[in-house]
Amino acid sequence: MSWVTTTLSSTLGRKVVMSLTGLFLCTFLIVHLVGNLQLFKGDEGQSFNEYSYFMTHNPIIKTISYLLYTSIIVHALMALILTRQNQASRPIKYAYAKPEANSHWTSRNMGILGTVLLVFIIIHMRTFWYTMHFGPVVLNGETITAGAIPEVTYDGEPIKDLYAVTVFAFSYLWYVALYVLSMAALSFHLVHGFQSGFQTLGLRHKKYSPLIEFLGTYVFGIIIPALFAAMPVYIYLKAHHILF
Amino acid sequence: MNIALKVWRQKNSQTPGKMVDYKLSDVSPDMSFLEMFDVLNEDLSHKGEEPVAFDHDCREGICGSCSMYINGRPHGPQTGTTTCQLHMRSFNDGDTIVVEPWRARAFPVIKDLVVDRDAFDRIVQAGGYVSVNTGSAPDANEILIPRETADEAMDAAQCIGCGACVAACKNASAMLFVAAKVSHLAVLPQGQAEHQMRAERMVAQMDAEGFGACSFTGACSVECPKSISLDHIARLNREYLGAKLTSNNA
Repeated sequence: MSWVTTTLSSTLGRKVVMSLTGLFLCTFLIVHLVGNLQLFKGDEGQSFNEYSYFMTHNPIIKTISYLLYTSIIVHALMALILTRQNQASRPIKYAYAKPEANSHWTSRNMGILGTVLLVFIIIHMRTFWYTMHFGPVVLNGETITAGAIPEVTYDGEPIKDLYAVTVFAFSYLWYVALYVLSMAALSFHLVHGFQSGFQTLGLRHKKYSPLIEFLGTYVFGIIIPALFAAMPVYIYLKAHHILF
Repeated sequence: MNIALKVWRQKNSQTPGKMVDYKLSDVSPDMSFLEMFDVLNEDLSHKGEEPVAFDHDCREGICGSCSMYINGRPHGPQTGTTTCQLHMRSFNDGDTIVVEPWRARAFPVIKDLVVDRDAFDRIVQAGGYVSVNTGSAPDANEILIPRETADEAMDAAQCIGCGACVAACKNASAMLFVAAKVSHLAVLPQGQAEHQMRAERMVAQMDAEGFGACSFTGACSVECPKSISLDHIARLNREYLGAKLTSNNA
């Protein structure tokens, strides 16, 4: 075996793959959040639609998006491999264990949280990404557009009206609830995952670790998931003329 | 004190084991946990039953022999102590105490509460040493080592190899142990010459033994009787990655 395959098949190497893909997905979240904040602009979705047009047409963004899809798949597959390996390391379980005495629930259940997130990503991509790229909007067994996504014209330029799709999707309470719960899972996943990613890379230092801990707990653990969760809630309330 | 015990009994590595209930009365709160087991074993011997096999040696918290998983935690409820330094005053009269051996594929049960921890020795043999001809003792201050560095090395060198880190980890990972053994040499000038080879070989051996990966839950450090810090795991990751990326080893 070459040194690359040796490294990648070691437990440490596999964790490095988890760390690099995970941290890359964290940086993506920032970009995704900043873009989606356009939903809060009171311009009936013009900024949001222009932003989605840019994201689906810019060649650099398109290239990075393939890296993103790959990262999600590699992160999930490597997690599966590691979980199986870790479970095999203790074939006979303890009759009585008290793990809560020495570690946090989130750190022990990254696999469950990650699975929730993977299911969420599939649903999320079916609703928005698939619709944006391939076609008709079918939600809850109901087709809202006949053949393709509705279009909207700004400055004489027709572009796909993803805002309308978004507003439609988030007019369902169960769908909003699904997003809010998934963002709670994201919060718990990142509170542990972000800091853990740096630990895996050996980046731990008394000067910088407090900053990493702060970012992991407050920015990635609370602020980012909370802002994402606020979007469906805001659109739901707006669509039903509650509060907004 | 009256104590009820649920103890894992297993004849040998080939026979499946089970939890067996015992009752002990007149247990002194000043007894160590192992002394309580001595009393139990004396009782069992008088009754003509097989005493419970358990590892112990120094009973001073420094040898790393004792290894009981007590009430769901390695070395019991008290942090920073080994089982031999745990006293019955940490429990209440009438308590039921569950005692199991370390559970890990790499630590097979030999008998009752005794597990085979040779895997740790093989990891150390793979690279946890400095291969220099030491000769006679060098003069003091010949190799200058700042106090902070010496303390850092000592934090890792405190590891007594008991295996509580593996027992506590949900993945039965030996990372804290390997990290301690790599770290205490890596921070000192004497360990520099072989630091890359050491990290590579010891991690390879750790994986070959069937220990799991590190999930950074921190359970190992909390349960470590010497409270060895997670900083050392980060150093091991750094050492290993650096070695893999830059060493001349295949």
